[in-house]
Amino acid sequence: MSIVVEKLSKIYGEQKALNEISFEVNPGDVLGFLGPNGAGKSTTMKILTCYIPQSSGNASVCGFDVSSHSIDVRRQIGYLPELNPLYTDMFVKEYLLFSAEVQGLGKQANARVEEMIDKVGLTIERKKKIGQLSKGYKQRVGLAQAMLHNPKVLILDEPTSGLDPNQVGDMRNLIKEIGRDKTILLSTHIMQEVEAMCNRVVIINKGEIVANNTLAGINRQLSHSGIIITIELKNEVKESMLKQIHDVQTVKQKGKKYQLHCSSDIREHLSQIASTNGWVLLAMNLEEESLEDVFQKLTK
Amino acid sequence: MYSIFKKEIRSFLSSLIAYVVIIVFLIAIGLFMWVLPEYNVFEMGYANLDTLFSMAPIVFVFLISAITMRSFSEERKSGTIEILTTKPISDFQIILGKYFAGVVLVLFSLLPTLIYFYTVYQLGAVKGNLDVGATWGSYLGLFLLASCFVSIGIFASAITDNQIVSFIVSMFLCYSFYSIFSLLANFSLLGTLDNVIANIGIQAHYNSISRGVIDSRDVLYFLSLITAFIWATKTAFSARKW
Repeated sequence: MSIVVEKLSKIYGEQKALNEISFEVNPGDVLGFLGPNGAGKSTTMKILTCYIPQSSGNASVCGFDVSSHSIDVRRQIGYLPELNPLYTDMFVKEYLLFSAEVQGLGKQANARVEEMIDKVGLTIERKKKIGQLSKGYKQRVGLAQAMLHNPKVLILDEPTSGLDPNQVGDMRNLIKEIGRDKTILLSTHIMQEVEAMCNRVVIINKGEIVANNTLAGINRQLSHSGIIITIELKNEVKESMLKQIHDVQTVKQKGKKYQLHCSSDIREHLSQIASTNGWVLLAMNLEEESLEDVFQKLTK
Repeated sequence: MYSIFKKEIRSFLSSLIAYVVIIVFLIAIGLFMWVLPEYNVFEMGYANLDTLFSMAPIVFVFLISAITMRSFSEERKSGTIEILTTKPISDFQIILGKYFAGVVLVLFSLLPTLIYFYTVYQLGAVKGNLDVGATWGSYLGLFLLASCFVSIGIFASAITDNQIVSFIVSMFLCYSFYSIFSLLANFSLLGTLDNVIANIGIQAHYNSISRGVIDSRDVLYFLSLITAFIWATKTAFSARKW
């Protein structure tokens, strides 16, 4: 296990930011940590990176406990905090060299820095001050900083927030490419991001885990929860006739449009029935519940 | 620790803080030594460095507070503290790195005043008629005093993310430790205890070491004060974890 979180709680004064959450991340997983703002995503990440201690429970990274082996944990992880704080008056290369030294890279520092500058596409900007860079490039500096020591685990707190759509795409590709053989814990409140990058999802709300599954598993859960097929017929038919069709659970009628809640995709079957009964089928539309819907349902 | 130290020194240099501090210190002390009436060497008529050693602590109260006010405050405000403290280095290494960077900067502002030393040495009615031992003692005292001020300054910086608050707290603490205890002792209210109170302050030890006798008790006092404030800094810095 790369990351193990057991009954982790964090209490700020009166407020319970995390309430006994538990989850595990396998080596090589890209885990999307999903939740609305203030759900406890950043708090969990801050505990995992040893920035703040937990109130109770345990957390470990690569087998090292965050409270008793803090320095070992910090060697294993690369961390990109939320809002990506940087020393704006340092030069790109100067900053990365400093990070490399603090990570204890010693003589490899220079070579590694050059490699990372190349990898994240900072070659043209390398001689600028960090403060002069655009937000997208700053984010790349933050990512380079987190990746310098080739950590086993990457913890990225909202790595694409505040970027324009092109930069978001670039950033996602970068993370995908660089993190191919790494365990990544990535927080976001954007659903597409999870669908685009992750193989596992943990959804968290008000300090509690509301879903923890693989992306495929969540999709399977969804298909169980149902598919909505809307059909439009030229002439009205009786609702009861539609209800008799196999797999149809409920029917809602709006004029000549019918919304069928089904447990599976029965469009083919429907069109056959329509033709045998002589119904004139004007339109048929399939709506799948997206991750977004699940997210909204679970975190409301 | 060395990487933090290097980063701090580079930031002193690139943000011009280093040059400003050194130049302002030299101008201020230079004015008192050679130009301003009542204080300058020519009017006093004694070829010694008393003006330097009596004015430098006051100038340091301001300058060192200015150097150290950003060391932790800025990191906290900009959030870079989160980057720093999630790297595999201990809080102690971060603090010492920043502390020694401050001390080295102060040392470099003191070094050019050796020219004054040479000048005054040459100016004596009989050339070289200067208490060289006392002067070196004073230099050591001034350096130790400045080192104390740096530890006080980084402590003040560790307790707040507001640089102005840090600056004012630092000035207040530096000045208090420098002179308030000896001023209190001057009231002579407590009899023999007055001496104890005077010795809590820096000035008593600074004056003692300035006579050219390097008493281990004085050195120990300075080192204890530095240790105490670095420890307090560590406590304040770790308070984020409470």
